[in-house]
This record gives sequence, C-alpha cells and structure tokens, in this order.
Amino acid sequence: MTGFRQTRRRFLASTAATGALAIAAPYVHTARAGGRVTLGLWDHWVPGANDALREIAEEWGRKNKVEVVIDFITSIGEKDLITAAAEARAGTGHDIMVHRTWQVAVYENQLEPLDDLVAEIEKNEGAYNDIARYLARPNGTWRAIVAPTGSHSYPMVSRLDLWKEHAGIDLLELFPAGPRDQARIDAEWTYERFLEGARKLHAAGFPFGNPIGQTSDSQDWLGPLFLSFGSQPMSAEGDITIDSDGTRAALEFLKELTRYMPEDVYAWDDAANNRWIISGRGSAIQNPPSAWAVAKRDAPEVAAQLWHHDTPSGPNGRFRGSLPFFWGLWDFSTNKSAAKELLYHLASKEQVAKLLWASQGYDLPLQQDYYDHEVWLKESPPPGTLYNYPGRGNEQVIVTGFPAPAAVGARIYNEGLLAVLVARVTQGGESVEDAIAWAAEELEGYRRG
Amino acid sequence: MARRETTGLVTAGAAGGQGGLGRRWTRFRQSRSALAFLLCLPLVLLIAGLVVYPFFYAIYLAMLNRAETAFVGLDNFAFLFGRSTFWMVVRQSILFTLTAVFFKALIGFVCAHLIHNLPPRGQRVWRGLSLVPWVIPPALSTLGWWWLFDPTYSAINWLLTSFGAAAVPWLSDVFWARFSVILVNIWYGAPFFLIMYLAALKSIPEELYDAAKVDGASAWQRLVYITLPMMRNIIAITMLFSTIVTFANFDIVRVLTQGGPRNTTHLFATYAFKLGIQSGDIPLGAAVSLFMFPILALFAMFILRDVRERTRRL
Repeated sequence: MTGFRQTRRRFLASTAATGALAIAAPYVHTARAGGRVTLGLWDHWVPGANDALREIAEEWGRKNKVEVVIDFITSIGEKDLITAAAEARAGTGHDIMVHRTWQVAVYENQLEPLDDLVAEIEKNEGAYNDIARYLARPNGTWRAIVAPTGSHSYPMVSRLDLWKEHAGIDLLELFPAGPRDQARIDAEWTYERFLEGARKLHAAGFPFGNPIGQTSDSQDWLGPLFLSFGSQPMSAEGDITIDSDGTRAALEFLKELTRYMPEDVYAWDDAANNRWIISGRGSAIQNPPSAWAVAKRDAPEVAAQLWHHDTPSGPNGRFRGSLPFFWGLWDFSTNKSAAKELLYHLASKEQVAKLLWASQGYDLPLQQDYYDHEVWLKESPPPGTLYNYPGRGNEQVIVTGFPAPAAVGARIYNEGLLAVLVARVTQGGESVEDAIAWAAEELEGYRRG
Repeated sequence: MARRETTGLVTAGAAGGQGGLGRRWTRFRQSRSALAFLLCLPLVLLIAGLVVYPFFYAIYLAMLNRAETAFVGLDNFAFLFGRSTFWMVVRQSILFTLTAVFFKALIGFVCAHLIHNLPPRGQRVWRGLSLVPWVIPPALSTLGWWWLFDPTYSAINWLLTSFGAAAVPWLSDVFWARFSVILVNIWYGAPFFLIMYLAALKSIPEELYDAAKVDGASAWQRLVYITLPMMRNIIAITMLFSTIVTFANFDIVRVLTQGGPRNTTHLFATYAFKLGIQSGDIPLGAAVSLFMFPILALFAMFILRDVRERTRRL
C-alpha cells in the first residue's frame, strides 16, 4: 500500500517549484528560429485531415525559414507506440512526437518540460480541462501539449429509428441539437433504463454492441461505466480500491447487459463496433464520430439515423470516456526553440478551428472554449447529429484508470484490466469475488517501482 | 589436403626472407584459415551486432528497475513468479508450442512421404505449392486468417451456417481462440518440416529399402527400422529449431487475438510487448522474453549433443 503516496508536503513542494518556475521563466517567443523541425504525428482516419495539418505547419515553416518535416504514423498495429518506444530508447528521432492517452506518463523523464508554453497557450487560447492536466502534467510538470488532432471521446451512437420503435425512447427529443431538459435526462437516461432498452432491442434483433477485449475502445467505455457505479481500480493516493460495492454493482449490471449483447464482443477490436452499427444489425455503440463518417459513405441510410448523445448515468454520476492525443518534445530534440514555436502556432485558435473542419468534427480539443464551434452544429445527416458530441450536459469526461497515479493508470488502461475483469465474470463464469481478487492482485503488481 | 600443404610451403618460402612481424602477417594472410575467417567476418559481425549484443543488452535490461535507474538483480523474475497472469502465459506458451510443433512435424512427415512417392514431375508442383504458406510473410497470411475467423463476419462461419451448422466462436471463446492460433501456426510452419523431411528422405540410399524388401520387411518395418533411424538427426534438429521459433512467435497472436480473450492466448513475446512497449515497463518485458532462455538452452544442448554423438557413431 505504499509506493505512490503523494504526501501533502511533497505535493506542495512540487506545486510551488512548478509555479515558481513558470513565474520565473515565462515563455519567450523566438521568431525565425531557423533549422529543421521533424514531427511524428498520428495518421488521421479522416481523409484530408493530414493535408490540412501539413499545410498549416509548412506555411509556418516558410514564414519562419524552418524546414518542417512531418511523418504521419498510423496507430494500426500500435505503430505510433512502437515508434515512440524506439525513439525514446535510441535517444534520437523526431523532435515532436505524438503520445496517446497515458504515454506521456510513460515517457515523462524523456520529455522536455513545457510549463512555459502551456501557460502561454492557456492564457491566450483557453484552459485545458482536468483530464489534460491529469495525463500531460505528471508530477506537476507539463510534458506535452494537447494535440489539436486525434483527441476524441466516446458518446453513445444510437439508431434513432430503432430506439424509438423497439424501446420506446425518443432520443432526438431527449438529446436535441439545442437547449436540453437536463432534469428529464437525469430522470430518464440511466443505466437502468438503458438496460431495459438494450433488452428490448436485443429481442427485436438489434443488440447494443461494444467490445470487451484487449483494444482501447473496450477500456474507453468500461472505465466510465464502472465509475458511474462508483468503482475505481485505484485511488489518487495509490490505494487499491477495486474491492468495493461499486465494482460489485458494475459487474452485476454487466452480467445482465452482456446477455443482450453479441456473444463475440470478447474478440472485437476497435473497428468491430463500427462495422456492427454500419451493417445495420446494431442499435447502439459507444464511439467517436468515425463510425458515422464511414456510414455516410458506405451506408447513408444507416448514417441518417445515427445520433451522438450522452452516456447513461449510474448511482455515482454520468461519465464519458476519452482518448486524448498529446504532442511532446523529446529532450534529445536538436531544435527545441523552433519546435516550441511550432507547437504554439499549431495550438492557436485560428489553426485549431481549421483542423476541426478538416476532421469533420472528429477531433475534440480538451478546451471548453472550442465546444461552440460550428462544425458540431452543421454536420449532417441527420442535421445536428454531432451537436452533443462535445458534451452539453453533466457528463464528466475521464480516461480509464483515472484517478490512479499515472504510471499505474497507464497499466490499468494498456493491460485492459477492467475488460479482463468483466470477461472473467460474464464469459468465464468466475464469481464476482474471485474476479475482484484477481484484479486486486494485478493492481498490486502494477505498483511495482 | 595437398592444396593446404602446397599453400603452407609457398607461405613459408615467401616469408623466409622477411622480418618477424611482416612474416607472421604474410603467413596469416595467405593461410586457408585466415581466408575462411575473413570470409566469415561479415556474418560474425552481423550476428554480434544483431544477436549477441541485443541478447546481453536484454539480460542487462531485465535486471533493472522499472525506471531503469537501479540494478535489481533477479527481482524482476521473482516478481513474475508471483503473478498468476504470468503463469497463465507460461502454460499457454507451452501448450501452444508443444501442440503446434507436434502437428507440424506429423503433417510435415506424412506429406513428405506422400510427395516423395509421387512421380518426379508431380513432385515439383507439390513441392512448390506446399511451400506457399511458408513464403508468405506471416503477418499478411495471418491477416487473411483473421478475415476467415472474424468474430462477426467470419467467412468460415458463413459457410457453416449456409449448411445449417452452428457458427463457431473462433476468436471469442477461450478454447477456439487457442485452437485458432495453434492452427495458423501449424499451417504456417508445416511446410518447413515437409521440405526438411523430404530432403532427408531423398538422402536415404534406396539400397537399404531394396535389401529390406528382399528380407521380407513390411512397409511399417521399413519405416521404423530404416526411415526413422536415418532421419533421426534431421527430426531432432527441426524439432529443436521449430520449438525455439514457436516459443518466440509473436505475429500470429498479435494479429488474431492480441492475447485475448482474457489473456488466454498470450505468448511470451506478445505479453512482453504488452508490458514493455504498451505499458512502458521495458525491464519486466525483457524478463518475460528471457524467461524461457535457460530452459531452451538446456534443451538445445542435450539435443545437439545427441545429434553429434549419433553422427560420430555413423
């Protein structure tokens, strides 16, 4: 039960030191930095999004006489993770590198502190949300900025027609593309009600489908669901808290819910739930708008019925998963001043706004200031389908593993702790108590120093 | 032998009138062993750089703490011994390897005999066709298998259900997921055994079989008393090689199941990748990947010693 305890004294000392540093060393712009800056960035799903980003970066390069070289690296097969791991170990590679979700904490000691840069961004472009602070500011020092491309969250994506016809729930009325009745949502859109709807839709032949496997989509819906029932694997202080009534309640709920889901969800990858809803066989999934974007192209009649909206609430509240992307500057970068200038330029409101259009609303910056952007108002069909994507109600955006210390949170997420825990009970037939004991043992191991 | 002696004489003669160091260098340069060494040097350097160095570096990494800031000796291994998930990976790796190697050897042995007994023209076609699985990059061919096993849109299940049979949960059920990864490994690796056994069969003198036939030996007796003893070395070496390679398999599990469901198909390599690359615990990942080394090294030592002794007896 020791190891990750953040003592009050240590916390105050690190916060004071960081604050003093930020005050003592404000970010200084060094225009015309010169030289060459290389970037290893995420290869976007949405066609045209990479081109927009390249154009903005190269335009900046021309103005500042800096050669900008961008390599777009796919996340398929975890190639982005492997590249980052290789560069970190070799101590050479791109100047700026993309890091998904927990990876900033993984490379904390090899990433340049960016407190001055983030302070400037937050002052001029709006404050980052708590989840950005949690993930990109391990031990009180910003080690990356939030990437303006790639970050996304996991709302419900439901078929309007099927939910209305078979479950009797008018999602368009409940989650309109405009002012909402939050009290009604809180009363009517709960996990209890959702389970009832899932049962009816399963009976009608259109089950709810989400993966319970090894890949990230599985973690991104199960973590928020567990937290809705009051279950978190580990506390912020590093105490193992998986053995709780909240965990038991979440597992009992999932034992019931999985009865109404496709049997093969235990082998689904991140694309399987997209294919499921696009095929017309599913009534709902949890996903960013990529499934809808593909449906627009491949199954327009399905796309026209897809509506993005809030997740259900549980006894502990309403939570939505997110998968933020960050851009970090390696400490071995040979052109740090130009790289920081470029990062600042790419984080400006003007450039982020262009990138939002280019991603057709898929990218979701971790800054509240952007959530009124027109892209989420205008995208269709159906008109307003993305209005609720940025989160308009009382959903709290989290990342699975929260609020554990970052090093442990990374393992909770990357090793799929919750998905395996659920599968042991719902597929393996293990008792809830035995499965919780297994998860506690795993968490004990994750705390290894 | 004559050539070596001649070279030695020429070397001695040519070097006779020179100084000590120069003479020794000239003699070394012109000797056959020096030539052999120089010709092998690129390969030696390649192995040193890509095998020996990474191996010792992995041992070094496996003895560091998670942050790679302190030497912890064998603590990482001790830590793994206390994890139930790790022991499940050990059990799965052993099951995967033993089952896959056994069936690869069996299928290779049977198919080698079938092809060996075909007319020469037919043999060429079958030899070529049978090598196809082995020459396709495994990550690509496994992707093809993944499409066949796809949880929702499996082509095999489509056929099964077309004939009224029940769909099989190829990748979502523990038994079938294990079956699937082993099946793909057998499909990929059996041609290696086939081609090695075929080469071994070709090298057995026909006279032995003719003599056995004259003595009235049955086909089974010829197999047991001629073929198997004559192939014993190649069987031992292929089994050893395949065991090592199968234990180290990565791509099949990575593409098909990513270790799921419930971590039940993880092998050492995929589990090491998960711990080392995805979770950033490189030392623990290195410890997982090195776990089988002492066992496999002992296994290799005994098999190779047996092969050497048998060769000497022959």
